[in-house]
Amino acid sequence: MTKKPMKRNLRNNLVGWSFLSIWAIGFILFMAYPLILSFYYSLSKVTLSGEGIIVDFIWFENYRQIFSSAAGFSFLQSVRDFAFEILFKVPIITVFAIIIAVLLNQKMKLRGLFRAVYFLPVIIASGPVINQLISQGAATIPLVEESGLIDLINSTFTESLAKPIANIFSELIVILWVSGVQILVFIAALQKIDRSTYEAAMIDGAGPWESFWKITMPALKSMVTVSIIFTIINLATFSENDAILHIKNNMFALDTGFGFSSAVAWIYFIALALILGVAMFAIRLFTKDKVRR
Amino acid sequence: MMRITTKQKIKHILIGKNPSEGLIGRIAIYGLLIIIGFVYLYPLIKMFVYSIKDLEDLVNPTVDWIPTKLYLENYRTSWIVLNYGKTLFFSLLVTLVPAIFQTITTSLTGYALAKFKMRGRVIVFGLILMTYLVPSQVYMIPKFVLFDKFGILESAWSIILPASFGQGLSSAIFILIFYQFFRMQPIALDESAEIDGANPYQIFMRIGVPLALPAYLTSFLFSFVWYWNETYISSLFLGTNLYTLQLRLFNFSSQFSLAQGLSQQAVNEAIKYSATILIILPVLVVYIIMQKWFVEGIDRTGVTGE
Repeated sequence: MTKKPMKRNLRNNLVGWSFLSIWAIGFILFMAYPLILSFYYSLSKVTLSGEGIIVDFIWFENYRQIFSSAAGFSFLQSVRDFAFEILFKVPIITVFAIIIAVLLNQKMKLRGLFRAVYFLPVIIASGPVINQLISQGAATIPLVEESGLIDLINSTFTESLAKPIANIFSELIVILWVSGVQILVFIAALQKIDRSTYEAAMIDGAGPWESFWKITMPALKSMVTVSIIFTIINLATFSENDAILHIKNNMFALDTGFGFSSAVAWIYFIALALILGVAMFAIRLFTKDKVRR
Repeated sequence: MMRITTKQKIKHILIGKNPSEGLIGRIAIYGLLIIIGFVYLYPLIKMFVYSIKDLEDLVNPTVDWIPTKLYLENYRTSWIVLNYGKTLFFSLLVTLVPAIFQTITTSLTGYALAKFKMRGRVIVFGLILMTYLVPSQVYMIPKFVLFDKFGILESAWSIILPASFGQGLSSAIFILIFYQFFRMQPIALDESAEIDGANPYQIFMRIGVPLALPAYLTSFLFSFVWYWNETYISSLFLGTNLYTLQLRLFNFSSQFSLAQGLSQQAVNEAIKYSATILIILPVLVVYIIMQKWFVEGIDRTGVTGE
């Protein structure tokens, strides 16, 4: 009898790793080396010349520079701004996506058409059109900028707070554009719920509010995590993100170069990991008393 | 008495048993969905309107939303510049194939992490998140060097192989979606199947996959769209001889001057927009086909009284 759990444990390990094996082989083949090399570059002075790549190992000099040079300082500032931006955007996007997903999951006329329209941001936001849209001003509300709302915000809040708040108003429609994926993820999760569950709950006297918190939210709960991770990383690695621009611009800059740029990327990685960690902690705190299975 | 019932009737029509069923609720919901939907449709409508304008309409400031005539020549032009027929085939090759294999592999990975508490699970989780968090710009050059050693540069393999091994575009988010989906599935189903003598792989195929169908659909769709829209990796790995539709759009102006028989013309917004619409169209078609597969209540199977 004591032998059985051991055997089961071993079997669990073997079967689990067999499911995981393709990913593991892929990671070793395609990912491990580039990641390690990029980390090595971050500890080096890298010169890209006609003859190839010249690498001088200089320990943590690049990292020291991030915290002591002007280029590094402006990067750190953009990370701080990004963290503030996230603080406002992530909750708005998540709540918005949940509401739209629930509405689109209802029985309604022309549901197929509506869902097709709400898939458009998924196509457009990841394509070349989005940059065109933003540059042409189709993605911002001119009204918001003209009405003096921005000035009002600037005068009421401190500088570090006013900027992200003003951004949110001027980027309200941009927020709509980056919510497409999250909406679809939530719709997918809603497919797990059988409509008769709602009917049964209604017969038992549950109102729509209760049904939402007791039936809908538990099904969506796990996807909230996915949605938040996606939102953060999607915004963080967006090609026009300030921090990403720092990484790109420093790559071929004469004074800083590829090594410095790699170090910046690794610091950015650590910053993002911290932001994610805080977000996960917040979700846990929030869902603990709100949604109970 | 009569009055009260009419009042109740009106109230019933306006508000309903459930706020979302009454007239007021309906109008509010449709209103909201239509307004936001319009925001999404607006650029597409604008692009379409522009794409059917001829040069005259384009420079005429009085012609804004309604062109004076339906001018389809722009589509013909951009069809030629994009080399549509041939490029579409290659685009589908480096979009459909990676999307299908990426979905399969990430589902296996998500299933492993959700159902088996094996050793090294936490490390694997960390590595998956790491590949997602580290900005890709920084390991692209090392990757380029590596792929050169493998000899898969300048071929479709440079896109297909990493995707098939779960190291493709945003693989991590797909793994997370599958992980959460498989984790939500009732263990009771797996256990009863095990008692009936099914092995873990049969359980995965017969119970895991069917119950996670919406996750498969969404993952495939995202993967498809993202590979379709991707230009950064493909321009780096495919070299100068292989083109996807997006790459051709990216270099539209230079492609335009290279295309034969168009030298007397100049690129204008109308032609560019018609090209953009031609590129969005296949993705929309795929979505509309796939959308029908979204079925509700997939958890109905079996388990009761949980």
